[in-house]
Amino acid sequence: MARLSAHNLVTAQAIIARYPKPRSALVPLCHLAQEQDGYLAEDAMQHVAELIGCTAAQVYGTASFYEMFKLHPTGKYLVGVCTNISCMLSGAFELLEHCERSLGVPVGGTTPDGMFTLEEVECSAACTVAPAVQVNYRYEESVTPESFDTLVAQLRAGTRDDIPPHGVLATVRQTPTDRWANTGKTGEHAP
Amino acid sequence: MTVRSDLPKIVSGRWDIADAHTLDGYLRTGGYEGLRRALAMQPAEVVDIVTGATVQGRGGAGFPAGNKWHFLDTAAFPHWIVVNGDESEPGTHKDRTLMERDPHQLIEGSLIAAYACKASQVFLYVRGEMAFAQERIAAALNEAYANNYVGKNILGTDWSVDITLHWGAGAYIVGDETALLESLEGKRGMPRPKPPYFPAVMGLYMNPTIVNNVETLSNLPWIMVNGAEAFAAIGSVKSNGTRLIAVSGHVKQPGTYEVECGVVTFREVFYDPSLGGGIRDDNDLKAFIPGGGSAPWFFEEHLDMPLDPTVVGPAGSMLGSGAIVAMDSTTDMVKACWRLVKFYARESCGKCTPCREGTSWLELILERIIKGHGRPEDIGLLLDIGDNISPGPFPGPNVTPGEPAYAPFPYKKTTICDLGPSVVSPLMSALRRFPDEFDAYIARNPRKLIEVASA
Ligand SMILES: Cc1cc2nc3c(=O)[nH]c(=O)nc-3n(C[C@H](O)[C@H](O)[C@H](O)COP(=O)(O)O)c2cc1C
Ligand code: SF4
Repeated sequence: MARLSAHNLVTAQAIIARYPKPRSALVPLCHLAQEQDGYLAEDAMQHVAELIGCTAAQVYGTASFYEMFKLHPTGKYLVGVCTNISCMLSGAFELLEHCERSLGVPVGGTTPDGMFTLEEVECSAACTVAPAVQVNYRYEESVTPESFDTLVAQLRAGTRDDIPPHGVLATVRQTPTDRWANTGKTGEHAP
Repeated sequence: MTVRSDLPKIVSGRWDIADAHTLDGYLRTGGYEGLRRALAMQPAEVVDIVTGATVQGRGGAGFPAGNKWHFLDTAAFPHWIVVNGDESEPGTHKDRTLMERDPHQLIEGSLIAAYACKASQVFLYVRGEMAFAQERIAAALNEAYANNYVGKNILGTDWSVDITLHWGAGAYIVGDETALLESLEGKRGMPRPKPPYFPAVMGLYMNPTIVNNVETLSNLPWIMVNGAEAFAAIGSVKSNGTRLIAVSGHVKQPGTYEVECGVVTFREVFYDPSLGGGIRDDNDLKAFIPGGGSAPWFFEEHLDMPLDPTVVGPAGSMLGSGAIVAMDSTTDMVKACWRLVKFYARESCGKCTPCREGTSWLELILERIIKGHGRPEDIGLLLDIGDNISPGPFPGPNVTPGEPAYAPFPYKKTTICDLGPSVVSPLMSALRRFPDEFDAYIARNPRKLIEVASA
């Protein structure tokens, strides 16, 4: 869709400044672009490339390696059901079947109203509260078919303010403060 | 009974305090005292204290933190500390809790490491999927910066260091330290071969770099306050301190628990009322994973083994990331094996052929066995593919209890990183111990020879 907005450009510059080399900001800037558009658009990748001084192909080649970057629009809510070992032992495959029926789409599908995309994901580090579901990377723990349906109803009704639309990851950012170390000055670090 | 009720909670002590993630809550509970003590010493003294405490790395490899720091050329400029918060080993659920509930403790631990190693900058790499942990750390960092715990002239000294919070974007392999560094350089997270790319020599931007796990670093504030002797007094001779274990699967009380290193046994982990509390529905235990999806499985006869790497390693497995998964008598072992194999197939970065091809072949063959299309020769094929990735006898306990392990840990490999051989762990564990379950699936194959009438 779009290049980074003027507002996001300011954030992008602050992020780049935090690294010794601009290319290190590639992944964070792709997150920023995905936050803006809900997915990682081609123009955005082009813009990121210009900002960090590499080619658009390098941005694409890197971003496509990572599971979280969606190169095409997804539903507003990305529903990731973990079926890895601990969740599987706690009934994750049965839950996943229920999710497919409940949402009316197979794994990988998006509901026609554009609200939900269903994914089968790998271990989300919630093994002791299995089975776990992540909606836009926010955790729902010890999920049952009933609690899943409640969650979907809440999301449809718009009563879950704690779960932002897809693309928005952390809502708190590291703010630029008086940084110093990247200047490359020697001798100012530890005695 | 070796589960101590008076065990000090070294890393999880603040988990029940509602505001422990704020600077106020952290300071009220003794926070940043360890940093003050460290700053009053020379960096080399801090290294000595941490070395004396023998903090075994909690990320999987178990290499003691202090010893690792000794490999670093601290005169080289610049050099870096990278915090590995990419927790994604199947069954592991501890670093996320540490980051969410006690972010300042991790920041303080990172600062102590940075001071000891005279690092130029710290990078805190948090797994992409952990939005809440990222928020908590960002908020804590902002507070710490505003109050002079991070940044320029920390706590009025002439020492300064920056911490940069970095998020991943979803890839298990980035947990490997060399892949983590590639990722941090803005590239695909593909591991580098070791040798020559040992991070302590050629790490981030080819500068010397120390990569440490979140839990490893979270131990440091306590050690600086209470001393190396107090830390070494906990646990067994070789495994000092405590460690977090995530107990999941078929136990009555799944949870993340802080236990004494090298002392507590697996039986206690599963059955002690303060830990696992017993197997679900009081079923029998069929098998368990002692240290994350990459570890060869253990069985009932290993229940009395302590969680000590010097005991678990020779027995053929590892404690890895502290993920302990119980599988009760109702578990379908072929399915459990397939699900773990599928994980590695999906997460292989694709750099080495035995891993890239082997993991997905294994997945497809297991899938066909489960769907009832298995062939008798499939077992040999599975073994052969496994042998291509990890040649020779694969580590793991002997199927005959009491006999020595087939091979001690670690595994041999034809691949760059340990993800490749990790796929062989669930495969060999299930094939060796439960061959009849595979045979039963294969016997279900409806395939019949088609008679072709000769004219
Ligand atoms: C495939 C693979 C995945 C890994 N994943 C992680 C991980 O998620 N978190 C972690 O701390 N270490 C992980 N490690 C281990 C790291 O390479 C490294 O040993 C560790 O971060 C060092 O920190 P420590 O010495 O404090 O344990 C992984 C290793 C491999 C080979
Ligand atoms: S073993 Fe697998 S994951 Fe590791 S470098 Fe090779 S292909 Fe990549």
